[in-house]
Amino acid sequence: MIVASNLTKKYGEKTAVDDLSFTIKPGIVTGFLGPNGAGKSTTMRMIMGLDAPTSGSVTVNGRHYAEHPAPLHEVGALLEARAIHTGRSARNHLLALAATTGISARRVDEVIDLVGLRDVARKRAGGFSLGMGQRLGIASALLGDPATVILDEPVNGLDPEGILWIRNLLKGLAAEGRTVFVSSHLMSEMAVTAEHLIVVGRGKLIADTSVEEFTRSASRNVVRVRSPHADELRSLLLGPDVSVESVEPGTLEVTGLDSDRIGTVAAENSLTLFELAPQQASLEEAFMELTRDAVEYHASTTTAVAGEPVGAGRSTT
Amino acid sequence: MSTATATAPSPTSAPVAQGKVTQLRVLNSEWIKLRTLRSTPITLLVAVAAEVGLGILVTYLRASHPRHGGVEHINGAELSLAMYRLAQLAVGVLGVLIISGEYTTGMIRASLSAVPKRLPVLWAKAAVYGAVLLVLMTIASLAAFYGGQAVLSSYGQAAHMSDPGVTRVVFGTALYLTVIGLLGVATGALIRNSAGAIAALFGVLLVLPGLADLLPATWVPNVVPYLPSKAGEALLNVVPDPSLMSPWNGFALFVGYAVVLLAAAAVLLKRRDA
Repeated sequence: MIVASNLTKKYGEKTAVDDLSFTIKPGIVTGFLGPNGAGKSTTMRMIMGLDAPTSGSVTVNGRHYAEHPAPLHEVGALLEARAIHTGRSARNHLLALAATTGISARRVDEVIDLVGLRDVARKRAGGFSLGMGQRLGIASALLGDPATVILDEPVNGLDPEGILWIRNLLKGLAAEGRTVFVSSHLMSEMAVTAEHLIVVGRGKLIADTSVEEFTRSASRNVVRVRSPHADELRSLLLGPDVSVESVEPGTLEVTGLDSDRIGTVAAENSLTLFELAPQQASLEEAFMELTRDAVEYHASTTTAVAGEPVGAGRSTT
Repeated sequence: MSTATATAPSPTSAPVAQGKVTQLRVLNSEWIKLRTLRSTPITLLVAVAAEVGLGILVTYLRASHPRHGGVEHINGAELSLAMYRLAQLAVGVLGVLIISGEYTTGMIRASLSAVPKRLPVLWAKAAVYGAVLLVLMTIASLAAFYGGQAVLSSYGQAAHMSDPGVTRVVFGTALYLTVIGLLGVATGALIRNSAGAIAALFGVLLVLPGLADLLPATWVPNVVPYLPSKAGEALLNVVPDPSLMSPWNGFALFVGYAVVLLAAAAVLLKRRDA
């Protein structure tokens, strides 16, 4: 359980996190979603006590992180893939962290196997690919078998197999009753991994909702109809909560009726339909719509391809 | 990366000890960190090789090429240990890197996540490195001293441990180098950037005394003896240098500088965002 209340972080004039309040519950994967620069990493660093809030507070399992006598057993975090000394081997890195709280070398080898780094465990971490660095970061997060797991952009740099592995790992951790809090700037990734969403933009809370709810509200429920009798159909369909737009001759976009109803109306009146297609906004589009005003770094040519958030190629917030 | 499969693995099969973070455990962690970096043995080897190897070499060269027409009396103890001046570079740089290396690589965030109270990390770094230096530099100083005297004995110039002041200089050299290492740790923690911290450390230790010439002559006796390196060097003269502080007072001040810097580093470590 992570509870943030009125969490605020200012860097000089710039407000990175602005009066953020939320509760992350155990037993489910909670996605932390926002464009680059939305304050996700800063929030996670404040949870881990690395950055001090300007005002407000955040607790993990009822205490500030630093007040836990055995912090690694309480919270495991992957804050960035490169929180590793490049000159040290993966295994020695984990042994050094494990030593702070008396975790055995056996457990170290176990998490190395768990993340699939056995073959390179004795190699210098400086030579690791981004994906291997992520796996090592996840290994250190799981070292103390923590009740709460915080991962900042864990799928960055992972190959498709690795992404699938992370998804299943996160769901497995949540199913064991742990609190799992994962940030991403990719809505599509969160849609398949998370059950609940905290959406932020420019440091402010935009939405605190279930993924299901978010998906439902995102769907525009527009049905595209193509018919040689477009005008006739239009007058039959129009009603108090129904709007019909004609985007081109012979094509209608109907809002407020589902495709079943439109098909039935057409059949009852013996009108030919060439096409009857419900249009759903993709989650990515819905997410972009929601955070449009909150995107920190607009590309100078604002022609982002639909379905791909602006700045999706950048690494971290 | 072979065992990563699409099935969700259970993250726990071995029982994980529910251990609290203690200063002793953090010491162990820092000991692991220190010995698992290649730069540690390399740098320490350079320090020992400089003090012992070059120390014996210069001792031999001085003894075999006497000045003043061959009637020079050599101060055997000081000559054999003179290469501490070179060794202090290696020792100081490693002290800085022990902590600034964590900041430049991002490791510090992992370290401070594991030990969120933070100060145990700084104390452990200082204690582990200080202990390693004290042991290693004592061995190196003894080796340089006895090696140097072995060379000098064939010229009839050897000093003896029982001579007045010699024991103090031999063990003092080890103490001096240990404190240099701790000053490095403190400077690294304060400045957090390797290049900046190394420049600051040796700027103060080595460059500052050289600037004394620029001061009005009457100020020099009131300033120079109290500079950190001059205060520390007071310990390293067999016959106390009258222009410096008395040996142990000087060394106490030198230690005082290290303590103050470490305390400042502790305050900032606790306050600053990592």
